[in-house]
Amino acid sequence: MADSNKTVRDVKFHVTRYNPETDAAPYVKTYTVPVREGMTVLDGLHYIKENLDGSLAWRFSCRMGICGSCGMLLNGRPTLACNTQILHIAETQLTVGPLPNFDIIRDLVPDLMSMFEKHRSLKPYVVRADEAEVNDPAGEFYQTPEQLEAYLQFTYCIKCGCCMAACPTLATDARYLGPMPLSAAQRYNQDTRDDGRPQRNQVTGSAHGAFRCHYAGECSRACPKGVDPAKAIQHLKRRLVLDYLRLARRKKACQKLHGPGQGQPPGNIPAAPPKTVTPSA
Amino acid sequence: MAQINRHDNRLGLWGWLGGGRWGIERYAYILHRLTGLGVLFYFLMHIVVTSLRAFGVYLWIEGGVFHQPIFRVGEFLVYAAFAYHAFNGIRLVLVELGFAVGAPIEPVYPYKTSLDVQRPLLIVMMILAAIFLAVGGYEAIGLAR
Ligand code: SF4
Ligand code: SF4
Ligand code: FES
Repeated sequence: MADSNKTVRDVKFHVTRYNPETDAAPYVKTYTVPVREGMTVLDGLHYIKENLDGSLAWRFSCRMGICGSCGMLLNGRPTLACNTQILHIAETQLTVGPLPNFDIIRDLVPDLMSMFEKHRSLKPYVVRADEAEVNDPAGEFYQTPEQLEAYLQFTYCIKCGCCMAACPTLATDARYLGPMPLSAAQRYNQDTRDDGRPQRNQVTGSAHGAFRCHYAGECSRACPKGVDPAKAIQHLKRRLVLDYLRLARRKKACQKLHGPGQGQPPGNIPAAPPKTVTPSA
Repeated sequence: MAQINRHDNRLGLWGWLGGGRWGIERYAYILHRLTGLGVLFYFLMHIVVTSLRAFGVYLWIEGGVFHQPIFRVGEFLVYAAFAYHAFNGIRLVLVELGFAVGAPIEPVYPYKTSLDVQRPLLIVMMILAAIFLAVGGYEAIGLAR
């Protein structure tokens, strides 16, 4: 087995630095990192912070591609630092920069607020007329596996912003909603429990909405979770057109089921064993 | 609270032209915009030139300015821009109406995206544009003789 503690080679990290209190503009500082087999870019940044320069700032949390904190521009490509092994993308040189199309707060930390505000404007949650049922459910909603699959892919988004950094449309139009918020809108539009599409259409169909996308597809290439935002946006546009022409099939949000037995479960499921723990009141 | 500086890192025109991962659809996007602008420019010129007729200026007759070889080449470029823009435009209309991008799938690494699904359409459209270009180019050479 390969010795994972052995340095394979030194890689020069060209890291974008920016201190808002002292620097007028970002500049690049170079650090040499001894790279071991399997070492991620995130590990490399930790090495720099521990051994070379304690002032380097970046954002991370889960270090396993779940939290969406560590999106960065690695060798010019937006991706997750924790999900990318140094030896897979760099020979001897590696550029590490903050995600473009966002303001830089410091060093490698982008300000993702603009993305989250657009996301929020699209009501990224189940919207229903019977709001009381959503807030204080008395039953369950019934959804078939096929209905789930119509939006499941778009639920895997971790809000890392890599797609926003890759999008050429967003680069020139700061008000464009962008791939992440639009695919989130499609995720909820497609949910059979949801009734909020007419409200979302007001925003997704606006001048800076889905029709600003011209399918350059960079978002789908960049997405580290395989969400395929470009696909979501094209499906979203189709619904917008059909809704506008009043050609969309009218579907009501699915009704809730009160108590067990109303979803017609197959009859051959044995009864559950008696409870072993009584929840305290 | 003290004013916190931040650096605007939006890519602007450079993000439009460069940056990102340079997939073939990205080139198609750039070329679509450039050819669109080119055809629009031609259209505006066309209005100007034909309206000059009101002042008795005929630029396009035998021996006129527009019979210079440079304008022959220019005309062909307009034609090429039109052919590309039209065929790529058909692809975009189809794709943007949600055709040829595929249904949502389970993302399993290595990810396959809608880009792979619509790629055959892109290739077919580019072949059609190339055929148009070849025919038009043949004509242009024939006329130039
Ligand atoms: S497909 Fe649309 S949203 Fe995605 S990068 Fe291209 S223009 Fe942006
Ligand atoms: S769609 Fe993909 S790239 Fe965009 S924010 Fe979500 S996980 Fe990140
Ligand atoms: S640290 Fe959580 S996604 Fe990279």
